[in-house]
Amino acid sequence: MLRFIIRRLLITIPTIIVVITLTWALIRLAPGNFYSGEKRLPPAIEKNIREKYGLDKPWYEQYAKTMANILLRFDFGTSLRFEGQSVNTIIRRSLPVSAAVGILAYLLALLVGVTIGSIAALKQNSRWDYASMALAMLGISVPNFVLGPILVLVFSLSLYWLPPSRWGGFPSKNLILPVLTLSAIYMAYIARLTRAGMLEVLRSDYIRTARAKGLSEKDVVIRHALRGGLMPVVSYTGPALAFLLTGTVVVERIFALPGLGNYFIQASLNRDEPLIIGIVAFISITLLFMNMLVDIAYAYLDPRVRYH
Amino acid sequence: MEPEKISPEMAVAEADVRPEEAGEFVHGTSLWRDAWRRLLKNKLAVFGLVVVVLITIASVTGPTLIKSIFGFTPDYIPTQDTQLVRSFPPFTGPNGQFSWAHPMGTDNAGRDQLARVLQGGQISLFVGIIATLVSLVIGISYGAIAGYVGGRVDNVMMRVVDVLYSLPYVIVVIVLLSMFRSQTARGQLILLFIALGSVSWLTMARIVRGQVLSLKNQEFVLAARATGVSGPRIVFRHLVPNTLGPVIVYATLTIPQIMLTEAFLSFLGLGVQAPLASWGSLAADGVQNIAIFPWQLIFPGVTMALTLFSLNFLGDGLRDALDPQMRTT
Repeated sequence: MLRFIIRRLLITIPTIIVVITLTWALIRLAPGNFYSGEKRLPPAIEKNIREKYGLDKPWYEQYAKTMANILLRFDFGTSLRFEGQSVNTIIRRSLPVSAAVGILAYLLALLVGVTIGSIAALKQNSRWDYASMALAMLGISVPNFVLGPILVLVFSLSLYWLPPSRWGGFPSKNLILPVLTLSAIYMAYIARLTRAGMLEVLRSDYIRTARAKGLSEKDVVIRHALRGGLMPVVSYTGPALAFLLTGTVVVERIFALPGLGNYFIQASLNRDEPLIIGIVAFISITLLFMNMLVDIAYAYLDPRVRYH
Repeated sequence: MEPEKISPEMAVAEADVRPEEAGEFVHGTSLWRDAWRRLLKNKLAVFGLVVVVLITIASVTGPTLIKSIFGFTPDYIPTQDTQLVRSFPPFTGPNGQFSWAHPMGTDNAGRDQLARVLQGGQISLFVGIIATLVSLVIGISYGAIAGYVGGRVDNVMMRVVDVLYSLPYVIVVIVLLSMFRSQTARGQLILLFIALGSVSWLTMARIVRGQVLSLKNQEFVLAARATGVSGPRIVFRHLVPNTLGPVIVYATLTIPQIMLTEAFLSFLGLGVQAPLASWGSLAADGVQNIAIFPWQLIFPGVTMALTLFSLNFLGDGLRDALDPQMRTT
């Protein structure tokens, strides 16, 4: 297991370097820069600022410095747009918002998705099965930027039950709509994966054994079938986290939440290089780390999987 | 070929080939016919197929039809400036009376929504199909070469795919699109193809490689090699056609995914730019006015959801039809 973790780390670090390099190259290769906006700075001031941020040095020196700061010191530099604020401060401020929405959405999706998927599998080809699978397909097909505003239209603007947008701290009523919007698609995927996994497991020999030794149906399902049937859901967690990150970009914009995704879009549109690179690097590191955790969990849950 | 050069091995291979190939051929046609029959039995898949075909036809012919019936194009803006509000609800004329002219209402500028949605459909479907084709070409070539050559080359090629796979690619695409924002709508569309196509070929490459790995040691490949067929020809004439089943299934499921990503990017203002419109950019415009003119969001949104819903059902149905063993997922 330890060797597996070390090997994974050995692939992870080059991947992070690739992401940062790619982002850096995209920003530098694109025509224009942060200072080529509508408001032109006097040349003398621009020169001073460039010196301050080290932008007057040759490109390879800047690249090496950026990379070293990120990898060795987790220091992402200072934002160009939000003057005087370090990227680390901005991430520290916005991460809790994204994390609250993302984690709640994923937990809700797990709860509902696994329940619906198991019911569908246990009653295969029944009305319940077809209804829940059609619902799941709907969840996959309705884009979240359509679902979100429609929920706002119904629950905020017509029924006046919930606030339509803005961050209200944790926990607050403001979280309900963003979490619902974000979780819909994961609910749908998880329901489909659970159904598929459960159908396969329910046909297997060890479930027949469990039934034959006289266990109640409840015990068979909860203690034996679910453990095997949820394996596809576990391995989906990795990609789901990646999608969750992109999902939050849209949801944070719809609901005007000051999360990572919102800052990232603003930074991209403003060409705020340190902030873009900082958020991209932070997201990649989180993502790769989570993927590794998922793989370890997988090995732990399924004794047949051995990493060597 | 000179007679004395045929080794016993090759002779055996050649003798084996003819019945084998003949068998393959007969089996091949019945496989597709079987699959088609299974597909027709699947009601949801047939529903999906019909809806997709109808929406495609409507998108392609719709704007022209509307022009000939009502006399306006999708970007026609009424010039008489008598009203402050130009966005009318469905089936309503300028004075609040019932009217057939705008079944989906009008947008902020007074343009007909139905015509806009149909025109947006052209772009959305076009982006979905072209980007999928790009991913097909790259993915099949890459996967087939990796699988056929094998060994160290395969290892390196697949490692590259692994690394790219673990990137948060949408994040990188957002950076790409916002940095290189083109001034022209067409330039932005081309950028979008590059961005979408370059990230969606990874799964395709993995699928094709897996198929090629399992096929390349079969007798028909040995036979082809024995008769002196070149490597590239074996890959593209003999191996790739045999991977078509899974490839078609995956391509059908890639189209809605790409359309969704395109809509997502257009929603953020990074995808399709005015004067072109896609379902995503129409929905983005609609969200601004959700409180007052909800139809501006609902019609493009629902049309898009219906299309994706149908494409997904069609893809699922095709998978069940072409590969009954994969049924469970």
